Amino acid sequence: MKVVLEHLTKKFPNRNKKIKEDVVAVSDFTFEIPDGKLIGLLGPSGCGKSTTLNLISGLEAPTSGRIYFGEEDVTDISPENRDIGLVFQNYALYPHLTVEQNIIFPLQNLKGDKKMTKQQMKEKALETAKLVQIDPYMSRKPSELSGGQQQRVAIARALVKLPKVLLLDEPLSNLDARLRLQTREEIRRIQRETGITTIFVTHDQEEAMSISDEIVVMKDGLLQQIGKPQAVYDHPVNMFVAKFLGTPPINIFRGEIKSKQLYIGDDRICETDHGDMQVYVGIRPEGVILKKGGSLVCRLNRVEVMGRDTSACCSNDNAVSESIRFIIPSDEMTGDEGDLVAFDIKPSKLHLFDAETENVII
Amino acid sequence: MKKNNLKAWLYLLPAILFLGAFMVYPLIDVLVYSFEEGFNFASQEYYGVGTYNYSYILHDTYFIQALKNTFILVIITVPISTGLALLISVALNSIKPLRNIFQTVFFLPYVTNTLAVGLVFMVLFKKTAYSDGLINLLINAFGFSSVDFIDGPYWAKILVTCIYTIWIVMPFKILILTSALAGVDEQYYKAAKVDGTSKWRIFRKITLPMISPMIFYLVITGFIGAFKAYADEVALFGTDLNAAGMNTLVGYVYDMLYGDSGGYPSFASAAALVLFTIVLTITVINLMVSKKKVHY
Repeated sequence: MKVVLEHLTKKFPNRNKKIKEDVVAVSDFTFEIPDGKLIGLLGPSGCGKSTTLNLISGLEAPTSGRIYFGEEDVTDISPENRDIGLVFQNYALYPHLTVEQNIIFPLQNLKGDKKMTKQQMKEKALETAKLVQIDPYMSRKPSELSGGQQQRVAIARALVKLPKVLLLDEPLSNLDARLRLQTREEIRRIQRETGITTIFVTHDQEEAMSISDEIVVMKDGLLQQIGKPQAVYDHPVNMFVAKFLGTPPINIFRGEIKSKQLYIGDDRICETDHGDMQVYVGIRPEGVILKKGGSLVCRLNRVEVMGRDTSACCSNDNAVSESIRFIIPSDEMTGDEGDLVAFDIKPSKLHLFDAETENVII
Repeated sequence: MKKNNLKAWLYLLPAILFLGAFMVYPLIDVLVYSFEEGFNFASQEYYGVGTYNYSYILHDTYFIQALKNTFILVIITVPISTGLALLISVALNSIKPLRNIFQTVFFLPYVTNTLAVGLVFMVLFKKTAYSDGLINLLINAFGFSSVDFIDGPYWAKILVTCIYTIWIVMPFKILILTSALAGVDEQYYKAAKVDGTSKWRIFRKITLPMISPMIFYLVITGFIGAFKAYADEVALFGTDLNAAGMNTLVGYVYDMLYGDSGGYPSFASAAALVLFTIVLTITVINLMVSKKKVHY
């Protein structure tokens, strides 16, 4: 089932009643989520991603705009009739019910010809529990499970009705780092096996990039960019997206284009087709080659060994942030702390942004 | 470890001393009195030791009446007041405008003096040769003849006592339950909503289990409180409850202790112990039921 959002806007009245102006949580969202894909809604906290999820689930009504599931307009349909599964950030498992009772709960609400016998419910619950690999713990209470197991129960409960759309709100934020890695692959696997269109919200770009078919980057209620993770990473539309994606983050320098040449300070970086202007230059950490006589000269402050790679922490007077970081393969790393080192920059890892609008210059 | 223990005991000592002198010792004393026949406070003498005191009170018609009154009161008021309080709390919890006003209104009886409320109830329910109370005027309006609730038939007096008791115990229960309801995480309701759970099922399967510890607390304290009823009856019917036929167990104990200039401490002690046994039994049964039904 594809999900289409059309000019979706959600405004909340301001908490401070003296301010008449509404808070715009989601502003004019238009995009289409293809059938059977896993989509990551990504953005810093307060960017409206959870609101978007609530709008899709029907827990919140949009101020304006329409939502379609497939061809059907569901904007005015209440959540229980939208055929969705929702997994909450802290799972919201009913603490007084066992795992099995939790998973069966949605089935017991079914009415009319969808109504199931007790035996059918049990079988269905077991089947779903097996899918998320929680079946050995059916008779436990949620408090007797680890965070990761609780997460699986929550997903099982959301999946048991075979929803058209599965929505996950920050599904991994309550797990520790190792479980997070494991669980995100689990989510990926479950999504592949069921083929249910899945939308999940996260503020962790790594999480979103690693398992999503497509990511939607948001900021302040505005859609920034939508696309395949690699495509968004390689071709960010503005400086915000470039900075938000990637760990370590992209390095930003103040630069200038003068007579078809790009300069950072006095260093001439490369040739360009653009006219004279002030720009921001974004260089991905992995986008440089350490080379004597390279175009960009920085002071090497510290070398962090990470095994396969080395992280070179440098400083440059024209960098926006105090410290900049490049990833260099360990065997290519030379130079001592305090030295001036020179880098050549890979053209594909270099992004130019207009100094005023911060939009990318192609 | 041992040293710590010693210190802990030292800190507990004042409380233990006080509790021992003013709680444990009197309790044991009551137990002793209840087996000493014809004990007299002034002379500190008694005739003999045995179970005569118990046999006397169990054959005393006033005691039987008090027992009956108390049980009727408990059985009627505890479930009704708890149920009503639950209903009102859920209703309060589901409205937004005027919630605070209603909360205040429902809490008013709690801050009002029992005797003052009793006076109001008497005015409402009474019937004299010259005038009818408001309730009787209502009854008349429906074409029935007046009933004297304060000095009339037994059922009328019990009815008024039950209404009065329920009215006076509800505010506290509403207060406890509204705060318990407010403490239930909103996400459970959202999750249930997405699953299309009906309102009744949400209430039965989510709300009730979530606030069950508080309901259980109210039932236990409600039972204990109702068994200890006395002041409410005095407020309605005056101090001579035996004459009114509306005495309670505590009232019986009080009358035995101070009635007839000098009193019968042995009978009073026996009656107090009977009351204690009943309350203990009910509480244990409550605890056993709660193990199965209450989710913590």
